[in-house]
Amino acid sequence: MSAELIVHSAGPAVTVQDMGRPGWLAEGLGRGGAMDRLALSEGAALLGQPETCAALEMGGMGGVFEVTVDVEIALTGARMAARIDGRPIAWNASHLLPAGARLEIGAVQEGAWGYLHLAGGIATEPLLGSRAAHLVAGIGRAIRAGDRLPLGAPASTGRAGLCVEPEPRFAGGVARVLPGLQADFFAESERARFAATRFTRDMRANRMGVRLTPEGEGFMGAAGLTIVSEVVMPGDVQVTGDGAPYVLMTECQTTGGYPRIATVIEPDLPRVAQAPAGAELRFTFVSLEEAVDAEARARQDRAGLKARVRPLVRDPAEIPDLLAYQLIGGVISATDPPQE
Amino acid sequence: MSDARDAASPEQPARGFPRLRRAGLSGLLVSFGDRLTEPANRAALAFRAAIEAEDWLEVEETTSSLVSTFLRFDPLAVPHAQMEARLTRLMTARNWYAAPLPHGRRHWRIPTVWGGDLAPQLAEAAALAGLDEAAARAELSGTRVRVLTIGFAPGQPYLGELPEHWNLPRQTALNPQVPAGALVLAIRQLTLFTSANPTGWRHVGQVAFRLFRPDAENPFPLRPGDEVTFTDTPREAWERMRAADPDNAGATWEAIG
Repeated sequence: MSAELIVHSAGPAVTVQDMGRPGWLAEGLGRGGAMDRLALSEGAALLGQPETCAALEMGGMGGVFEVTVDVEIALTGARMAARIDGRPIAWNASHLLPAGARLEIGAVQEGAWGYLHLAGGIATEPLLGSRAAHLVAGIGRAIRAGDRLPLGAPASTGRAGLCVEPEPRFAGGVARVLPGLQADFFAESERARFAATRFTRDMRANRMGVRLTPEGEGFMGAAGLTIVSEVVMPGDVQVTGDGAPYVLMTECQTTGGYPRIATVIEPDLPRVAQAPAGAELRFTFVSLEEAVDAEARARQDRAGLKARVRPLVRDPAEIPDLLAYQLIGGVISATDPPQE
Repeated sequence: MSDARDAASPEQPARGFPRLRRAGLSGLLVSFGDRLTEPANRAALAFRAAIEAEDWLEVEETTSSLVSTFLRFDPLAVPHAQMEARLTRLMTARNWYAAPLPHGRRHWRIPTVWGGDLAPQLAEAAALAGLDEAAARAELSGTRVRVLTIGFAPGQPYLGELPEHWNLPRQTALNPQVPAGALVLAIRQLTLFTSANPTGWRHVGQVAFRLFRPDAENPFPLRPGDEVTFTDTPREAWERMRAADPDNAGATWEAIG
């Protein structure tokens, strides 16, 4: 039987995602891809496969799934309640999903975007070099009940029962920024106020961008709405007419005419993506040198993820979420092998 | 294209241009003006072609917007100072404002329904330009405009420049939604929406030509430098062309160099 993921139900924002399709900016098509690329890397490290493998991205809510053959899976990104045949399973970990078993992934508990990885990756037909749905561009569509997604051949086996400690990024915090393309359209005092302001992530957030509500006044650029349209990139913080900043995310358009006060450096984009509605976000300007160093460290960290994968040992002291473990009906032992 | 406009935009750099700016950690932007002029647009296209021709290993992607060339590079593979020095050398290597247009350009004729139910703001736009609707339709459908850049959405062209009386401001209240193929006008430019969108531009025409064809061999039919005539087409004929060929919908092209 061919390996497939069967979708019995899916939340409203479940799509196939990978690292996106860079290289089409001149044709008006942005890179797209996962909101939280680090979560893709973490899943790939757990399953011992390339980080280019496509996974399911789940915004706010997962779904109910089944596989046609035994498949090792991994769960990363925003923590969601997950069960296999009713038995809770750990997040940031890999598991064996037996053929025909029911994988239930519920509402998000911390963060915004969860990821379901499958050994071999989701093997839908690539388009322009990527399997990522880009809904704004009309590429692909949201996953829905009844879908059957083909799976690739696993790159390695025996990867169930592993876990990796995620870099904390699921509750807002500080994102590092460089001055935006039109930073000089804003007075020095406005930029300083931007860096000193606490923002709340608005309810309005999607794969195109995340709107932020400042605790005080909005921000006003000198040239107002008259600037010539220019290239935009994910991470750019644009200020629209009402003065509220809007962080452009992976599915943003390729050009825009709103002034950009700052741009979030790529290593901190997962933190912005994963800030849930109501979370507090702040921005701190860094120098170019600091930004280059941060990027170098982020690449090292990603490259070192595989070495940080360790067995899923059931020592309660090490388990951040006891509720993910079945405490009833059995004695927890630190030495038992993972029961998959 | 208007000769008067070309005469008003000499092939000399505006003060302070071309100008190199950083765009985030991995982006560099070379701008040839702070507003749209035909020479600045031509300069941006030619400068992008020149960067592509240099084939610098660390450059991951290039594009051009209305008046700027953008490049994305790997700042860990080459320091900013070195990449910026290369660009500065290239910027001063010649007068980019006098550069020729790209080769392989085409002139498209795209059947268009101007005004009516499909494009309800032609009369309003005409009035703002000091014309009646028939005169506006005749002028706009007879004007050959150039693709200045592709951007915003896949395959979406910005075209211009129209004569000065079409320098209409964007509406302050957005049009909540125009459909795919909406031909909209503001600030002496036309743009053609790839997909349904809200917009502050006025909806003056409607085409059925598809700007992004994900499954086609060439997914993006229009290229910067191409020229387009939006031929005035009766609604019935337009519907027939759309039914017969949903991608091209009656559009044709010829090579212009």
